Amino acid sequence: MERHEYDVVVIGAGGAGLRAAIEARQQGKRTAIVCKSLFGKAHTVMAEGGAAAAMGNVNSDDNWMVHFRDTMRGGKFLNNWRMAELHAKEAPDRVWELEAWGALFDRTKDGKISQRNFGGHEYPRLAHVGDRTGLEMIRTLQQRVVALQQEDFEVHGDYEAYIKVFAECTVTRLLKDGDAISGAFAYWRETGKFIVFDAPAVVLATGGIGKSFVVTSNSWEYTGDGHALALLAGAQLINMEFIQFHPTGMVWPPSVRGILVTESVRGDGGVLRNSEGRRFMFDYIPDVFKDKYATSEEEGDRWYTDQANNRRPPELLPRDEVARAINSEVKAGRGSPQGGVFLDVSSRLPAAEIIKRLPSMHHQFKELADVDITAEPMQVGPTCHYVMGGVEVDADTAAASVPGLFAAGEVSGGMHGSNRLGGNSLSDLLVFGRRAGAGAAAYVDSLGDRRPQVTGVEEAHAEAVAPLERQGGENPYEVHHELQRTMNDLVGIIRKENEVAEALQVVEKLKERATNTTAPGGKIYNPGWHLAIDLRNMLLVSECVAKAALLRQESRGGHTRDDYPAMEPEWRRKLLVCSAKPDGSEVQVVEKTQVSMRADLITLFDRAELSKYLTEDELAEYDAAAKELS
Amino acid sequence: MSYKGKFRVWRGEGGEGRLEDFTVEVNEGEVVLDVIHRLQATQAPDLAVRWNCKAGKCGSCSMEINGKPRLGCMTRMSTFTEDETITVTPMRTFPVIKDLVTDVSYNYQKAREIPSFTPPKDVKPGEYRMQQIDVERSQEFRKCIECFMCNNVCHVIRDHEENKTHFAGPRFLMRIAELDMHPYDVADRKDSAQEDHGLGYCNITKCCTEVCPEHIKITDNALIPMKERVVDRKYDPLVWLGNKIFRR
Ligand SMILES: Cc1cc2nc3c(=O)[nH]c(=O)nc-3n(C[C@H](O)[C@H](O)[C@H](O)COP(=O)(O)OP(=O)(O)OC[C@H]3O[C@@H](n4cnc5c(N)ncnc54)[C@H](O)[C@@H]3O)c2cc1C
Repeated sequence: MERHEYDVVVIGAGGAGLRAAIEARQQGKRTAIVCKSLFGKAHTVMAEGGAAAAMGNVNSDDNWMVHFRDTMRGGKFLNNWRMAELHAKEAPDRVWELEAWGALFDRTKDGKISQRNFGGHEYPRLAHVGDRTGLEMIRTLQQRVVALQQEDFEVHGDYEAYIKVFAECTVTRLLKDGDAISGAFAYWRETGKFIVFDAPAVVLATGGIGKSFVVTSNSWEYTGDGHALALLAGAQLINMEFIQFHPTGMVWPPSVRGILVTESVRGDGGVLRNSEGRRFMFDYIPDVFKDKYATSEEEGDRWYTDQANNRRPPELLPRDEVARAINSEVKAGRGSPQGGVFLDVSSRLPAAEIIKRLPSMHHQFKELADVDITAEPMQVGPTCHYVMGGVEVDADTAAASVPGLFAAGEVSGGMHGSNRLGGNSLSDLLVFGRRAGAGAAAYVDSLGDRRPQVTGVEEAHAEAVAPLERQGGENPYEVHHELQRTMNDLVGIIRKENEVAEALQVVEKLKERATNTTAPGGKIYNPGWHLAIDLRNMLLVSECVAKAALLRQESRGGHTRDDYPAMEPEWRRKLLVCSAKPDGSEVQVVEKTQVSMRADLITLFDRAELSKYLTEDELAEYDAAAKELS
Repeated sequence: MSYKGKFRVWRGEGGEGRLEDFTVEVNEGEVVLDVIHRLQATQAPDLAVRWNCKAGKCGSCSMEINGKPRLGCMTRMSTFTEDETITVTPMRTFPVIKDLVTDVSYNYQKAREIPSFTPPKDVKPGEYRMQQIDVERSQEFRKCIECFMCNNVCHVIRDHEENKTHFAGPRFLMRIAELDMHPYDVADRKDSAQEDHGLGYCNITKCCTEVCPEHIKITDNALIPMKERVVDRKYDPLVWLGNKIFRR
């Protein structure tokens, strides 16, 4: 069996993985990047709107404290506040660094990086390139990896002396030595051959879980592999009940249902209307946000040119609010012909401006739906977009509870609390990707000459080949479709106790069926086989989502319970933590208390605002902290 | 509004293969990739195809549809008649791994041979100042999603395997142009464009521009200006230097 030794193995070549690998290599570690797709094609490539960083280029009042506050508000104060703090402080440096590696962001008049408005962000904050920011980011990081390889070639005569990309290579198990990580087991998609990585440190950067849902903006890679790998290796997942349904996915034609319509459409002036032509978002401003959003169309419209004297239009509320509002309008019979609502930019900006600012949206609608967005409104509806939950990590080092395991990007949990603000993922990838690379490098250093031994290869091998060897079992595609429908219908945007409980029963049955799938054909590039392997991960993750969703008896961010519609301060202090046995059985979800915010951070907020979120006890703590600091 | 469509799909591996006929359901609004996925789910579970975003953004699902290089995810079934047989084959310029999946490593090798972005040593991150108009030229080329269809269709390598060693293909010649037009890049790229990466082989037939799903004007905006720069440079290096400084 093919075998390689590395200091650090990074699983994932999206923004988080590449930034982690760059850091590990820059710290002198021999680093492998392993990814399921070709190099440069990870899901990050799809990101459109931008990367949030309080550089203050467009409004000089912006700074990390404002960004921190917006992030905590967006997450309904459930965020790991230390992560939100580091993120807000470090994002500008991470964006500027990209520029020094060749990125070409759109510019302001004075030649700086331009920044655009986005939901939940108080000031224009998203560094962007039209509506293809993710592509710019991944290409820049990819090209940085190549630049490092060229440096290594100069010195060692080998491009791959310190950093090597294993593309179209899927990890199916993390390997351990006792409690600690010792490597990873994978197969090459191209040949079906197996490969073992010997490495004391593994960084998970595998992205999200959207492929467990039918209607999703996510790519095929999003089967929750990293979430599952972490669980199976003994690490914990937190916040799995929180899933972001992006308010604006395409709804028609059916084959493109779910594909994202970027929030920039609204950031740049687009408005939402129901079948009666009403800008319904004005009817859905929740109490906690009442004083921050415009109450009339006139004020909302003025805001685009004069932000100092007007409040934002409610189309730019955080995503969870907008998604629920659209859902309600459609349910109330005020939807568009194809079951969404109207998103109109055609009556708001000149055609040329739309094509310049939103080129890929223009292209996407024209090519896929025969709709010219400069002339007519789009039809949009909610789509499963992002998982806030993920591997529980230490904020500063990105370390999981298993020694040697690190996680960054969408696969990690905590940073975004119960709801992520648009643009905060790309910056999260950079900030915590770098920290994970540094954390892994420091961990390797701390081991000195000790190296953990790889174990469990035979078991991993047997598990992986099973679907190929079984005869006459289930069609994996059918199990997958049933899972997607179940999660979409029963654990989707609006949840009820009996439905979630039903979903759990279905998942339980599907788990059994998944152990009996057959993949006809050989080992070479066999998608049926690959799916059969991915099913284990999707099912495990779905079980976590459903179990946590059943437990949390309140509504907050990306978790809406029809039977518990209110947000409860008591629940704000509770995180739900998932764990499982190494064979994926016995998924447990337990409550854990959220650590109180540091005094200097909590006092960045008004008491009046906090009183909407915190318990009386916590407010007393706040008063004490405020007194001490004054 | 669904119908039974006729598909012929190239199947095979290890240098051998054949076109296989399928009859498969096609629904309103679908793209070719949807139909390939239905084939996988119902008739040919091991049919190999690369794909990722299914939204025209990642450039994974390049294939030849009725002989034309296209992204499977952006080719709508409504562009064909219902009784038409649709033939789907892998990109021809690259060796086939299996079915519709080809070995595109040539492209990654070429990417690595082009010297990276080289900024002046004294500019720190955060200090970059560039005007929109000056970044727009390179931005156009950075729209590239690396579907490699331009390289697939370029006859310099499509019909001449032997040129692959010394010709980077439109994709990476455009990358050189992109860096050369970057306001902060200080490397001299003209000689190597011509001598190491084969710019001279391009005889501007514009096949690359025609297939680009991002509608990048590869020939007009990248390759021809790059050729001009190479020529200018041969006659007057001072002009080149002046241009570079002026553009800042
Ligand atoms: C359409 C769309 C638009 C978006 N727009 C924005 C935006 O404007 N701003 C913003 O901040 N966020 C945006 N997001 C969210 C953001 O793009 C993602 O959260 C982010 O890119 C995730 O990056 P990542 O590095 O965590 O993982 P990814 O980029 O998803 O990379 C995951 C990597 O892991 C690899 N991988 C997975 N499993 C395995 C395995 N088992 N073995 C080996 N490799 C594996 C994959 O191949 C891939 O390389 C958007 C998301 C979507 C879907």
